[in-house]
Amino acid sequence: MAERPEDLNLPNAVITRIIKEALPDGVNVSKEARRAISQAASVFVLYATSCANNFAMKAKRKTLNAGDVMSAMEEMEFERFLQPLREALEAYKKGQKGKKEASEQKRKDKEKKNDTDENDKSRDEEEDEHMDDEQEGENEGEEEDVEN
Amino acid sequence: MSDRNMEEKVEQASNSKNISLPMSRVRLIMKSSPDVSCINQDALFLTTKATELFVQHLALSSYKNGSGKGSNTLSYSDLARAAEESETFQFLTDILPKKILARDYLKSLEEMDKDDDNL
Repeated sequence: MAERPEDLNLPNAVITRIIKEALPDGVNVSKEARRAISQAASVFVLYATSCANNFAMKAKRKTLNAGDVMSAMEEMEFERFLQPLREALEAYKKGQKGKKEASEQKRKDKEKKNDTDENDKSRDEEEDEHMDDEQEGENEGEEEDVEN
Repeated sequence: MSDRNMEEKVEQASNSKNISLPMSRVRLIMKSSPDVSCINQDALFLTTKATELFVQHLALSSYKNGSGKGSNTLSYSDLARAAEESETFQFLTDILPKKILARDYLKSLEEMDKDDDNL
């Protein structure tokens, strides 16, 4: 739960950056306008949450899932967001997977480091091999999914 | 050293198409709604990303339809107009009220009084 009302605001610096990136170069955004957009963004989150929650409740679920959020966007008439959202979610999932693999890789390397006493250069080469292995493993996994 | 390189690569790959708003803060806002109990990670990510898209969309369409286009500025009144005129931004009218001059407000009060008298 939020302890202070400011906790329900989004960080101004980030909001400002997003606005700047959306607008053509050299456009000035008044302080009042920035604050208003930031508040609008918080209201958007609440509105989307409440819409998504309705979909979850209809399906007798307690946990909001990705489908609920997508349905909420449609209901709020933000269909234009659906495609970019799908793409972003896919990239995000891949990123999460990559992070997991990287940390597993790190662990493996650590074990290996304890076993052998090789210099840095050969270690680098080994790692390149490992990355190839990983990619192959990923492809195999995907094929299996298709078969199933 | 190479470990770090790889981590950086993964980080970059996941950031390039990702989000700049903090998900923890968005979760806090979502949880402030009393009916919500649990939010799964994908739903949180999507809401955060959607909020970014929304900020871009609101800023750009207010600017395009706004009055400050000649002077390269986006002002509050552009946003208030967007909330009033666009169907999708209608839910913002409460927090983006149109500013009016006090004398115009008083005039409209007077007119309302007159209407009441007529009734």
